[in-house]
Amino acid sequence: MVKSMRAVARGAWSAVATVRRKLRAGELGSLPVVLVLAVVWITFQCLNQNFLSPRNLSNLSVDIVGTGLIAVGIVFVLLLGQLDLSVGSISGLAAAVFAVLNVNNGVPEWLALVVAVLVGTVAGTVQGYSIARTRVPAFVVTLAGLLTWNGLMLSVLGDSGTVNLDEDGLVARLTSYYFTHDAVAYGLAAVAAGVVFLVSDRDRRRRRALGMPHRSLRGILVRTAGLAVLAFAVAYLLNRFQGLPLALLIFLVLVAALDVVLRRTHYGRQVYALGGSIEASRRASIDVTWVQTAVLATSGTMAALGGLFLASRITSVSQASGSGVLLVNAIAAAVIGGTSLFGGRGTTWSAVLGMLVIQSIASGMAITDTPPALQFVITGGVLFAAVVIDSLSRRSQEAHGRA
Amino acid sequence: MPDPPLLALRGVCKRFGVVEVLTDIELEIHSGQVVALLGDNGAGKSTLVKAISGVAPAERGVIEWRGRPVHIRRPHDARDLGIAAVYQDLALCGNLDVVGNLFLGREIRRFGFLDEVEMERRTRQLLERLTRGLPDLRGPVVSLSSGQRQTVAIARSLLGDPRVLLLDEPTAALGFEQTTEVLDLVDRLRDRGLGVLLISHNMGDVKALADRAVVLRLGRNNGFFDVNTASQEQIVSSITGATENVPRRPAGREAGW
Repeated sequence: MVKSMRAVARGAWSAVATVRRKLRAGELGSLPVVLVLAVVWITFQCLNQNFLSPRNLSNLSVDIVGTGLIAVGIVFVLLLGQLDLSVGSISGLAAAVFAVLNVNNGVPEWLALVVAVLVGTVAGTVQGYSIARTRVPAFVVTLAGLLTWNGLMLSVLGDSGTVNLDEDGLVARLTSYYFTHDAVAYGLAAVAAGVVFLVSDRDRRRRRALGMPHRSLRGILVRTAGLAVLAFAVAYLLNRFQGLPLALLIFLVLVAALDVVLRRTHYGRQVYALGGSIEASRRASIDVTWVQTAVLATSGTMAALGGLFLASRITSVSQASGSGVLLVNAIAAAVIGGTSLFGGRGTTWSAVLGMLVIQSIASGMAITDTPPALQFVITGGVLFAAVVIDSLSRRSQEAHGRA
Repeated sequence: MPDPPLLALRGVCKRFGVVEVLTDIELEIHSGQVVALLGDNGAGKSTLVKAISGVAPAERGVIEWRGRPVHIRRPHDARDLGIAAVYQDLALCGNLDVVGNLFLGREIRRFGFLDEVEMERRTRQLLERLTRGLPDLRGPVVSLSSGQRQTVAIARSLLGDPRVLLLDEPTAALGFEQTTEVLDLVDRLRDRGLGVLLISHNMGDVKALADRAVVLRLGRNNGFFDVNTASQEQIVSSITGATENVPRRPAGREAGW
């Protein structure tokens, strides 16, 4: 018993050493955002005992999904070192297309949903191809897109202005359905931890068989255990309210899947490469036009999906859909979560973390009756801090290289 | 009949807008030879490397591969022939790790996903052959020293077993020890039968390493030398333009060497 305790301690210690080495080299990863999140949660919990209640956190977890999906698309574009300003408008357009097709024209829900998402893909593809061919910075092309898609949405909605969705329909249930059975949340938490363990362990075995440096089994166990504790804590919390929200499940599955796409596929590697050096990518015979088009198409698709979730949350689509602070929040979430504005660094998980921070501030402000003016100022401050940290860590990384 | 050169340029021209940066360039690289490409700043050395490697293809002229005319329009074409280049700016992605940079554009896949383990194994193998003291293979390249980055760039060029290697000032950013390491490597590659085109400003390196020297001046050929017999003064005066020995060669082209 004592022996295994010591073994665990040694595993944890080696993990701490790795983290310290990375910190010194300027690879901060998601550490700052986790700290910010902790500060935000502790502050609001002190101000109002209900902040960390299962009910509030469960609602929070559904509220982050719509904008969070859009932020995941933004992460792809930021990885190229570009910015997509059209995602808000695309999300509104997709929601409007769905509402008009389904409610006003009686198209089956699943078909209207597919068409709405494809509208986002097409809008993104058009923008991406224009950016790649004209070599105009993405933020200019997507600024034009912002206006165009917004105009298109208004004309799709026509005179009706606001369309109410079917309260029991497929899209409405995206954010209102909960897996009320406790076993679902716990089961999925176990599956997630199991998959992470199996994948890391297989990697370790292959490396050991080839005589290459590999993580210790102990290190993998410590990591998996940490993840399992987190997953089960979330599951426990959600089960104390209404169970696992379908929206959260879809969000996390998409984020995990796109994380694998970015880090483990040819396409993802090309996205990072382009963010690192476009000239180096070209010389490595990467098809720059194709990658840029695909990234903007991804961003458009995610924006459309996010728009449908946002519409689902309020079960209506209006001329105001996709406007306001949505775009700013989506970009801020990606950056606060740790995706670099300079391109080439970041993961899809930063969208989740950044969105948690933004939504926590919003939710905390709401339950403590703080005026919205202050909410904007605080979110702005967090965003500014995130950008400063990003820039500093980039500089420290380069300085590390020169040493 | 001797073997045709691995790579030969015949009358290659390249212009940027109205400026002709390369005019009627002749060049031959034979197997197992190091050819030094010399010239003052702006003579067109780097442009010539980019023309051969397909980054900035030539407009006119013929490029012959083992005596057969070929078209090099993209970096891909050059790589498929067996031409690899190390550029002056190294062309690395600072945010990717060593393994990612080495295999950029030719990743090994397994069940559709990147096979990081296999790529890292080959990277390790290759780097162990090239250098003592492996860098951190999984940290971003931006945090490596300039010497390590140079090693990574050279390792990447050797990955596909090229027949011709183009090195654009590979030692410019290096200290004494690392320079020796790179030059030793070039020597070994020559012994293995590669053709090497070496751009360098260091006449000492050129004398020590190169078999032949080709001098460019203002985008034109300005002399071909056998490094073993030509004097340093002859070569330098050709570089600076003190002697305008514009090659007027008969049909045999470079045959006189």
